[in-house]
Amino acid sequence: MKIPFLDKLFTTSELLSNATPDRKFVSDNDSSEISVENLNLYIKGNHILKNLNVQIPDKKITCIIGPSGCGKSTLLKTFNRLIDSVEGLNVDGKIMLHGKNILSENEDLTHHRRKVGLVSQRPCPLPMSIYDNVAYGCRIHGIKNRKNLDKIVEHYLKAAGLWEEVKDRLNTPAVRLSIGQQQRLCLARSLAVEPQIILADEATSALDPISSKTIEELFVNLKRDYSIVMVTHTLRQARRIADYVVFMYLGEIVEAGEASQVFENPQNELTKKYLEGAFS
Amino acid sequence: MQDSEIQKELTEKEEQSAVAKVFNYRLVKEKTAGGLMYILTIASLVLVVVMGIGLYLKSAPIFEEHSLGELIFSSNWRPLKGQFGFMPFIAGTVWVTVVAVLWVLPISLLTAIFLTEYAKSYVKKYVFPALDILAGLPSVIYGVWGTLLIIPWISNKFAPHFVDFSTGYTVLAGGIVLGVMILPLLVSLFIEIFSSLPTELRDASTSLGATKWQTSKKVVLKKSFPGIMASVVLAISRAMGETIAILMVCGNLPEVPRSILDACYPIPALIANNYGEMLSLPQYEAALMFAALILFVVVLVFNVISRVILYRVEKSYA
Ligand SMILES: Nc1ncnc2c1ncn2[C@@H]1O[C@H](COP(=O)(O)OP(=O)(O)OP(=O)(O)O)[C@@H](O)[C@H]1O
Ligand SMILES: [Mg+2]
Repeated sequence: MKIPFLDKLFTTSELLSNATPDRKFVSDNDSSEISVENLNLYIKGNHILKNLNVQIPDKKITCIIGPSGCGKSTLLKTFNRLIDSVEGLNVDGKIMLHGKNILSENEDLTHHRRKVGLVSQRPCPLPMSIYDNVAYGCRIHGIKNRKNLDKIVEHYLKAAGLWEEVKDRLNTPAVRLSIGQQQRLCLARSLAVEPQIILADEATSALDPISSKTIEELFVNLKRDYSIVMVTHTLRQARRIADYVVFMYLGEIVEAGEASQVFENPQNELTKKYLEGAFS
Repeated sequence: MQDSEIQKELTEKEEQSAVAKVFNYRLVKEKTAGGLMYILTIASLVLVVVMGIGLYLKSAPIFEEHSLGELIFSSNWRPLKGQFGFMPFIAGTVWVTVVAVLWVLPISLLTAIFLTEYAKSYVKKYVFPALDILAGLPSVIYGVWGTLLIIPWISNKFAPHFVDFSTGYTVLAGGIVLGVMILPLLVSLFIEIFSSLPTELRDASTSLGATKWQTSKKVVLKKSFPGIMASVVLAISRAMGETIAILMVCGNLPEVPRSILDACYPIPALIANNYGEMLSLPQYEAALMFAALILFVVVLVFNVISRVILYRVEKSYA
């Protein structure tokens, strides 16, 4: 599938920085990798993430794999600080992004979250039209001009491969779309605020095979412009699209490295067993 | 050998018939339960219709001398002279209800949003039981509270800014008391609705960089709109029945109010005040029955309209 996407004539970031001049997007290509240092996370005293250290490479697809309950979603939610809404939370360590610790107290969360998009497991369209769903993020960050919004909506619906299917019914409620279409809409919605990193938590597990294929292909295309971190339970999917793999077990990172290396020649006994399907 | 085989066969047969019996028994139970529930459902629906018809028949005598239009739109209420204009009561009911909803709706929405979206769990732990207690208080307590506190406040502090003199027994007093009465009910209904929304919905908005307030306003409130409407209708219908509190503070003057500082006479108060008295006037009883019929129809129509709107909204955005 080819996406008429890379001929970016303009970007939302230009518009966003016009709207809020003090919040310019940094698009240094080489600095947008995430680096996790000694991350410990406790919820109500339970040690959920145990001393994690990992580097997430820039403009690559990183797959986090591991058995259920090992903390994959929690780690992902820490990356965009969605985890903050959990009560009894206690975090220490560092997550560095652009040389800044995103866990630090004085981080502007709304600004940070805009840079880190999230696609959830079940597609979750907002209770509004298709158009408004995509425009939502831009509107809350202050873009009001209808013409600009029109351009953004069209651009990112194209990027998510949805434009042709919905261009004649942009004003119908988003819930009327099929599940697969809804998930692409959610992707378009995340892209529209110009993130640098896209987090996806089992983003294809609620979809039919064709739709998940589409999303996979979209991710592969999108990695030219974005760093993608996805959690998946399907090892085959990870084999197909991952450049980098992180294997977690009981809150710890057991192994992390280039996909080819982890899949072909795992260093750790646990990883080997997991990849063989000995447990899941 | 043979004996034991026969025995075995027998026990097998017994078992089978036992199974069959249990099976039949279960089916009978299932059928009776289903039938009973069906009948009960129909019965409660029939009851509503019967009530409507009963009220209509009882109020029929008044239609002999007055047309429906005259009854509803005339403002002359002189039972002794045989004039029955219900406009003052209809207007009084509408005024009090509107005042109550106008101030209570925003407050209860904000309270519910605070409790579901912002508050820590230990705050909820104390506030929820308090709300339940408030919702369970008998309405006469609200009435007494209104007469003791609200009436003097309006009469001495509030009204003097606008009019020369006010007793305090006004639309405003009715609106305040009615509002306080439905507030806890509304808040708990709203909390129920907001908590039933999936967390993913909030997360989706939050991870686009929305603040809590933006998420509450544009996602939570919007998604809950049908539920909010249904709750308001429910709360008002409920409050209409809580006659006593309103009766105590509205002034009960059969005139169409022109401002919130006029006295008024809502329909429930009219019925409660006069039923049992003055029934020697044959037309008077019919008139009160007609008042009940109006209340009945208004609540019914109100419910139906809100259902229709709900249905429309749900179809487009649910
Ligand atoms: N809000 C919470 N309160 C208490 N414990 C939590 C909370 N969220 C997660 N946990 C715990 O943290 C651990 C990791 O959960 P998490 O959802 O990250 O696992 P996961 O790897 O995503 O699993 P799955 O593959 O099933 O999605 C689990 O043991 C879970 O019980
Ligand atoms: Mg998970």
